Amino acid sequence: MMTNTSLLDQFPLLKEKVRGHRLAYLDNAATTQKPLPVLEEMDRIYRTLNANVHRGVHTLSQQATDAFEEARAKVARFIKASEPAEVIFTKGCTESINLVAQSWGLANLKPGDEILLSHGEHHANIVPWQLAAERCGAVVRPIPIFESGELDLKALSEMVSSKTKVVGIKHVCNALGTINPIAEVVRLAHSVGAICIVDGAQGLAHEPVDVQAWGVDFYAMSAHKTYGPMGVGALYGKRSLLESMPPFMGGGDMIRTVSFDGTTFNEIPNKFEPGTPNVPGVVGFGAALDWLAAFGLPQATAIENDLADRAAAELSSLPGVVLRGTASQKVGIVSFTLDSVHPHDIGTILDSEGVAVRTGHHCCMPLMRRLNVPATVRASFALYNQPEDVEALIKGVQKVQKIFA
Amino acid sequence: MLNELYQETILDHGRKPRNFGLLPMVTHCAEGHNPLCGDQIRVHLLIEDDTIQDISFEGCGCAISLASASLMSSAIKGKKVGEALGLFERFHATVTNASDEELGIGDLDCLIGVRDHANRIKCATLAWHALKVAVQSPVTQSQELP
Repeated sequence: MMTNTSLLDQFPLLKEKVRGHRLAYLDNAATTQKPLPVLEEMDRIYRTLNANVHRGVHTLSQQATDAFEEARAKVARFIKASEPAEVIFTKGCTESINLVAQSWGLANLKPGDEILLSHGEHHANIVPWQLAAERCGAVVRPIPIFESGELDLKALSEMVSSKTKVVGIKHVCNALGTINPIAEVVRLAHSVGAICIVDGAQGLAHEPVDVQAWGVDFYAMSAHKTYGPMGVGALYGKRSLLESMPPFMGGGDMIRTVSFDGTTFNEIPNKFEPGTPNVPGVVGFGAALDWLAAFGLPQATAIENDLADRAAAELSSLPGVVLRGTASQKVGIVSFTLDSVHPHDIGTILDSEGVAVRTGHHCCMPLMRRLNVPATVRASFALYNQPEDVEALIKGVQKVQKIFA
Repeated sequence: MLNELYQETILDHGRKPRNFGLLPMVTHCAEGHNPLCGDQIRVHLLIEDDTIQDISFEGCGCAISLASASLMSSAIKGKKVGEALGLFERFHATVTNASDEELGIGDLDCLIGVRDHANRIKCATLAWHALKVAVQSPVTQSQELP
């Protein structure tokens, strides 16, 4: 097994200095750094396998197609899908959710139908549904959450009804780190015949995913938050649903026959993948999942949680610090505020110490309003983080306290 | 570098913003919003004879945006509208590095430090942008405050 310290050799960027300080990269929930094996694999595609996929009869095109389809199989295995065809490649988690809202949503939502979304959702799992609801006359309603960040399952069980058509929830909360009870949410959605879509952007790199055991209908993924490249993601969807859905975008590769009298569409997954895809990106996504699986998801989580627990304990001992999001089931994310000091001022001062954190509303404005804060400071951990990163964070926050004393 | 940004004047204005609140008489007002950080600043003006006779602002934001609004309000109170907008141009050029000259306008100088923090320039200029919109936004009778 790779050790946590030898890992750093695979992330050259982590050895860079920022403003004269050792970089403490604690913005992993925004995007993780990419290990050399992933970068090398993407480079290899352009250097040795560059050809368009699903098109040529020539050898190179077949090899590129094989590499591309192998990545699909890797994603399917990683999330325990029953077959690779249930994995659609997209340009990211956001596009994956938009695909469902525009394709399934516009085809199935009727006036008065309800879309239930957790109050803590990322804008990416709110706005696409608002757009679809507006077109269809459906209504978007928030599912209450507790101050701790935990979902109010009892409230959800009382909200679901024959009007409910969609229940949307994020696997892991990007702002607070809460791990949501996906199996229970799916069960409640299915109890009234609704579909359940899970935003997996923050889940994939930190929590085991088993789409079949959960019975989830859609699971949206992002490669770049999982040690893979930016601009690539995937959507898992149940075969029966994907087959019943109209195309999201039209173009080449997604058709069977085209004439000016009409067009027939390809089978899944191609039906949803028009145009030339980001082949190196998709292959890099597969490589990243292989790399993460080789390291071991439980080992990764153990490192991240240990560091986050230390950070949370030390931060909460500092006067004026309030931890935001205190659910019992969390990934390695520590969100906090400090007296009346604005998180952006904290972020700038931490940056001056080489500490990279996210400050702001984390694309969760309804959640911030629910917590009654304009913004928070978020330190999010990845498997390569070190105890020194926690020390730098604490030292930085103490500096903020000194400046704003 | 950081000490240049979070110096005493900024901290003081951020903590105790001058001209914060409402005005008894308002002729112009506008709101500035920075969706990136959620900072929100509303500028109220009493313009008479093309002169900013009185100014106040409300809102919430980081120390930089509040201090900048506070410093701005102190700097332009009593100035002609044109002079105030001219000052914004110089201020903007200075904090965005377009100009090497120091401001030389008293306390406003202390915000030059944002030059080294590109992502904070919006915070330092938010109130000024609101001012620019405000001078062209006369309030209607119904908006007028008691």
